[in-house]
Amino acid sequence: MNGNEVVRITEVVREGKGVTTLRFELDRTVRPGQFFMVWVPGVDEVPMSASYNGKVKGITVKDIGEATGALCSLNVGDLIGVRGPYGKGFAQPHGVYLVVGGGTGIAAVMPAIEMAKDRSIVDVAFGARSGSEIIFEERARRSSDNVMISTDDGSHGYHGTVVAMVDEMLAKRSYSQIIACGPERMLYYLLQVCKKHGVECQMSLERFMKCGSGLCGSCVIDGRRVCADGPIFLGREIDEMDEFGRSKRDETGRIIKL
Amino acid sequence: MNSLRTVLARVVLDNPTMLASGMMGETGASLTKVAAAGAGAVVTKSVGIEPRTGYINPTLFETDGYYVNAMGLPNPGMDAYAEEMKLARASKVPIFASVFAASIKDFISVSSKMEEYGANAIELNLSCPHAKGYGMEMGIDPDIVHDIVKEVKGSVKIPVFAKLTPNTHRLVEVGLAVEKAGGDGIVAINTVKAIAISVEFRRPVLSNIYGGLSGPAVKPIGLRSVYDLYGKVSIPIIGVGGIDDWRDAMEYIMAGARAVQVGSAIGRKGLGVFEDVKTGMRDYMEANGVKSISDLVGVANERK
Ligand SMILES: Cc1cc2nc3c(=O)[nH]c(=O)nc-3n(C[C@H](O)[C@H](O)[C@H](O)COP(=O)(O)OP(=O)(O)OC[C@H]3O[C@@H](n4cnc5c(N)ncnc54)[C@H](O)[C@@H]3O)c2cc1C
Ligand SMILES: Cc1cc2nc3c(=O)[nH]c(=O)nc-3n(C[C@H](O)[C@H](O)[C@H](O)COP(=O)(O)O)c2cc1C
Ligand code: FES
Repeated sequence: MNGNEVVRITEVVREGKGVTTLRFELDRTVRPGQFFMVWVPGVDEVPMSASYNGKVKGITVKDIGEATGALCSLNVGDLIGVRGPYGKGFAQPHGVYLVVGGGTGIAAVMPAIEMAKDRSIVDVAFGARSGSEIIFEERARRSSDNVMISTDDGSHGYHGTVVAMVDEMLAKRSYSQIIACGPERMLYYLLQVCKKHGVECQMSLERFMKCGSGLCGSCVIDGRRVCADGPIFLGREIDEMDEFGRSKRDETGRIIKL
Repeated sequence: MNSLRTVLARVVLDNPTMLASGMMGETGASLTKVAAAGAGAVVTKSVGIEPRTGYINPTLFETDGYYVNAMGLPNPGMDAYAEEMKLARASKVPIFASVFAASIKDFISVSSKMEEYGANAIELNLSCPHAKGYGMEMGIDPDIVHDIVKEVKGSVKIPVFAKLTPNTHRLVEVGLAVEKAGGDGIVAINTVKAIAISVEFRRPVLSNIYGGLSGPAVKPIGLRSVYDLYGKVSIPIIGVGGIDDWRDAMEYIMAGARAVQVGSAIGRKGLGVFEDVKTGMRDYMEANGVKSISDLVGVANERK
């Protein structure tokens, strides 16, 4: 059952600069990497990854516009509409794996860190422009022995991009797979690094979504529906996509160059 | 070996399954994927004169038994769609171009463009409000439908199909109007006008308030529509509405459909639904000694 439901917000957490987590109870099985369509009546309904997938679910929202702003201003006791979870989740890699999160993309990969059977088989690399934008660092440390942080401005951890840091990490330890979510530019360069080191990856992509449930086609990339066939795709599938890192589509379906 | 080969006007399909309009058909690449998944033909998203963003979300309400959607006909416009058609034509199956417009003049412009781009047939989406009709669907008025079909037929060489709305008690009259105007076939049905209400928020869910019902819940209405039309018109009918598996598809064939379109099932079943329907149909035909799927078209009408 993916249908529309209305849930009450039980907890609101300010995570970092402009980023807020909303927790709510929803009796549905959610796999790491799946997302909900979240409705604020009178405003909009937008896709949001599940940042918590246990009994009490959660979404972690960055305020960048009307709908996300409305979500970030909600309080405990307020109601939101949700439907889903939609999409394929991250598959559990065999052996040791590395989870990479960039900016708000950290929210989407957090459950993929917690799905590790023990702390020694999952390493973590989080990156953002600045230290105030790094979220869930403590939460990641509870599930992994090796959590590395990078910031573009050097205010916290490694000074540089998360991709440069991952390049160094891959030279030190071998991983069976990389799991990643972040801005498309980051994923684009990360894919090159994965190819260089010969590591397969699973990446979560974003495209403009309307129905979220595989019908309307507004989210397609190279003919694949990000909402239903993704949002997680394998590196070798992404590598074959002409549109990845190059173009996306607007609400009408017209092509926009990235 | 039995045969699923289907002929609709002059358009030859290797099997009677088609992708319904509005499903994934926004891009040429996705139409190609659907063709590769085994559909006998694909229908584009409804394309209009100008680019449209469609309505703001929520545009879809979902439950297990049905969807209510009001996408608001988002599309890149007929000029930008040239690029998508170029890609789509790489697939080997016939392409039905779904067109919508608010006036006869615009129906002609878009249909001609789509013919120029290489469409194999036109599917007129008549569920759109008429510019002068106070929001009334064009497809509920047999006279308007007659004029649209006649004018478009006069402007293109490829076959013209009219997709009917079920939101009228004059469905058969509308079907007869399509035939009289020289239409090559009928597609039935588009979505059933509906509303979804949120009890907690005490308001309609869809931003447009009204939407169209689709999915398993509409199948009996679609079947009735095809059954009624089959008895009255002799042009081919394409059945659509709530088809989830081969049995649903076979019900439509027996009610009188020559081909079937799959819409909502793409959401939960994915593109594998086309192969499933084909396999189920072949097995049924094998077990019952049926040589050609065309032998089953309308059989339910003969056993009253
Ligand atoms: C699968 C998926 C998971 C996501 N997970 C998260 C998450 O966990 N946390 C988070 O903060 N954000 C997430 N996003 C992005 C989030 O959906 C957008 O930031 C949000 O829709 C912006 O809406 P707005 O009204 O605030 O901004 P607007 O001003 O309306 O839009 C700002 C930008 O956001 C993007 N956007 C707007 N609407 C949509 C839409 N319907 N679908 C996709 N992108 C849109 C566009 O690029 C647009 O230019 C996710 C997106 C997708 C596709
Ligand atoms: C999300 C969605 C979008 C649709 N868009 C169109 C469209 O653009 N043009 C059209 O003629 N029909 C459109 N339809 C109607 C379908 O083509 C089909 O007639 C209807 O959904 C019934 O079939 P189904 O139950 O298999 O979905 C749409 C339906 C859905 C669910
Ligand atoms: S958002 Fe409609 S198919 Fe993905």
